[in-house]
Amino acid sequence: MSLALLADGALVLLVLGLAFWVNAAASGFAAVVGYVAFGLLLALAWMRLAAGDVALTEAAVGSGATGAVLVAAAMRLRAAADPPPSWPGVSRPSTPNRRSADGRDTPGHDGGGDDLAPPAPYSDSHRDVPGHDEGGKPGLSLRLAALVLSGLVTAGLAGLVLWTAGPAPSLAEAATRHLPGLGMGNAVTGVLIAYRALDTLLEKVVLLLALGGVWSLTRDRVWGGRPFPRAIPAGNGALILLARLLPPIGIVVAVYVLWVGATDPGGAFQGGAILTAMWILVMLAGLRDAPPIGSRRLRLAVAAGPAAFLAVGLAGFVLPTGFLSYPESIAKPLIIAVEAVLTLSIALILGLLVAGPAERPPDPAERLR
Amino acid sequence: MIAAPALLVLAIMAPATGVVLAFAFGGRAAEWIAIATTVAGAAIAAGIAATLWSTGLPLRYVIGDWAPPLGIALRADGLSAIMLLTSAVVMGAVVLFARETFAQRPGAPETRTPLIFWTMLMGVWAGLNAVWLAGDLFTLYVALELLTFSAVPLVSLEGKPETLVAALRYMLFALVGSVLYLLGCALLYGGYGTLDLELLAHAVRAEPVTVLAAALMTAGLAAKTALFPLHLWLPPAHAGAPAAASALLSALVVKGSFILIVRLWFDALPGVAGAGAATLLAAMGAAAIICGSIVALRQARLKLMIAYSTVAQIGYLFFLFPLAGAAGHWSRIAWTGGMMQLVAHAVAKAAMFLAAGLIGEALGHDRIAGFAGLGRALPVVMLAFGLAGMSLMGLPPSGGFVAKAMLLTASVGEGQWWWAVVILIGGLLAAGYTFRVLAPALAGGPVPLVAPIPRSRQAIVLGLAVCALLLGLVPLRPSQLLEVGRPVAMAVSR
Repeated sequence: MSLALLADGALVLLVLGLAFWVNAAASGFAAVVGYVAFGLLLALAWMRLAAGDVALTEAAVGSGATGAVLVAAAMRLRAAADPPPSWPGVSRPSTPNRRSADGRDTPGHDGGGDDLAPPAPYSDSHRDVPGHDEGGKPGLSLRLAALVLSGLVTAGLAGLVLWTAGPAPSLAEAATRHLPGLGMGNAVTGVLIAYRALDTLLEKVVLLLALGGVWSLTRDRVWGGRPFPRAIPAGNGALILLARLLPPIGIVVAVYVLWVGATDPGGAFQGGAILTAMWILVMLAGLRDAPPIGSRRLRLAVAAGPAAFLAVGLAGFVLPTGFLSYPESIAKPLIIAVEAVLTLSIALILGLLVAGPAERPPDPAERLR
Repeated sequence: MIAAPALLVLAIMAPATGVVLAFAFGGRAAEWIAIATTVAGAAIAAGIAATLWSTGLPLRYVIGDWAPPLGIALRADGLSAIMLLTSAVVMGAVVLFARETFAQRPGAPETRTPLIFWTMLMGVWAGLNAVWLAGDLFTLYVALELLTFSAVPLVSLEGKPETLVAALRYMLFALVGSVLYLLGCALLYGGYGTLDLELLAHAVRAEPVTVLAAALMTAGLAAKTALFPLHLWLPPAHAGAPAAASALLSALVVKGSFILIVRLWFDALPGVAGAGAATLLAAMGAAAIICGSIVALRQARLKLMIAYSTVAQIGYLFFLFPLAGAAGHWSRIAWTGGMMQLVAHAVAKAAMFLAAGLIGEALGHDRIAGFAGLGRALPVVMLAFGLAGMSLMGLPPSGGFVAKAMLLTASVGEGQWWWAVVILIGGLLAAGYTFRVLAPALAGGPVPLVAPIPRSRQAIVLGLAVCALLLGLVPLRPSQLLEVGRPVAMAVSR
């Protein structure tokens, strides 16, 4: 008991300490590394609170996928601060391009423009942001204001939690009661895929839109091409060995996490995030190049998960229970099937979000028409 | 024949399916999918509105037969019906207008802007319809996410450094707003064990957890609605987007988060906010009207002027809270007036931004100082601009007149005459910035155009402006359709 308390106390101190460290870190890169560690510790804290699903998601998405995106961003910012690196596919130095003499942009050009600036000059524009000093770092007053606001919100929440009498009302009992009819054992999966399936379905559309948003930052000239400035050369022996050994195991684990999600913590998002990690490892080791964003097969695979969910949802209209309901006799296989397709699409989308916009021109043969 | 409640599902799923299909097939298919979605979406909106009109009763659809609080329900009241119709009209005009701008040449490789534009347009629509129809606070959060993630790429569609900065700033404001809203949701669930609007309305008490949740959510949503002084992100974002996207953003997207505040105050948490909070919101609205209009008057570029005008026109909406909060006749007048302002501004502002887009294409710039002779060169466009301006300043006959007249009478009737003064000053200032554009345009000989503008596109803009005008025929009394499914309004505790 007291040992558990000691461990929890240490965990809390570590989480808080890391949070301060992330804010105080001298470089963006250090802050990102701290943030990833912070996420993993937070996952441990969720485990201590017996919230396995939240812990898994925090580790996979909050720390893993988000961490990967942030690392990439920090590396680019660092590259932008140093003398500009060579960006293949960028011949023209950026900025106030293709504008009429008066400085007004020509509206409604037909998409033939090539206006996206490479990252380096883009970071210059931070100087215009009010409250930021020369280096693009927030000024003292802005940081103090953020501190005060965060402090107020935290104090308010803490006050509410500490002074609220009695246990909070909860739907946990109702959520568990209906699970057998779905052939499920995990209430979180029940909420995500049955009771509040509409929200989950719409969130998948949000994922697609987010990917579209990242892709929209592609320069027009390389639209349809592959992410990363150049094909990543085959890495050193250890990385290649890792990228050959881990994925088979990772794929098995991902399938297990997906399958077990029906009864225990796990599910499509967590399984997908594990697959993403394997895919990124393979890409970073230089074993497989990133796919061209204009590839027909890629687009179909990315859309397959949301499309399958939508189709099953609409098929519910033939049942008396309506949209997004499942016939009781085949509820479990149907749900697992939808989740399986979703897992693949989520893995692809997360990987593509990390890979970022295309940076190399496409082969003429592989462009979508 | 589809049962009427199922239309609520389809209203959200039609554009959502459009997003998925456009992503899957890309290229030229995206445009045709968007056109098909527009036709289907308009038919669905008309079907829902017609059902409400004929039965006088709200519609409800329980998803998957899981009754709230465990499951979620979609709900259409008069407000939903009006907003569904408004979205369908504006979307239809924008799609027709944008076909020229975002055409994918047959047989040519897919290009960036058309795919992103058509996909995000349908994403915006799915988000909007979800906001109008959702009966659950978390579904509304997902709807907000749909809106944010489709609106931000529209802002930076042209890919210039300054529009990227504007999009990034917009996204930061929007995400902070989302987080505050989500925090409020968590607090309310912790307090009452439900997120369903109707169940919450029966359960809530004005206690600390509810008040804190309401304050956090209102603040977050106000940032998303660009309520003064949280409007800083709006002008560069709305002015930097391509005209078709600006029309969507200014006419509809900012209204999404506003309606969410209305749902919160009137439907989910009635009686939680005090009269002081309502007055504070309206005071910020009043400041928006005055400051937004004055800054609009000083803009050198047309699109920025229109964007600042949006900041100002949003201000009127917030008069709803002190005026329509209590039960009674004046409150019903204010309710219809406020919603009329929402619809009239949507149509008029879309017309104005599309007109600005045509002017920009024709002249190659949008500096107001260079507009001399535009009235001769583009008479239809300038007529449309003038009609839309009439609605913004509130001249009869126009939707803006109906809206402002009703808000004005309600504020006098309730003894809160100070709002009436602001409404009148705002009208004068709107006249000022409209005439600042019209006056040089009507003077001088024809100006040479760098690009010809097809009649059909001018007709679309004029059509929207005429819609704003026809809204002026709405009778000056509480609208029956708007009151379908409304509890006797009691948002503000007295």
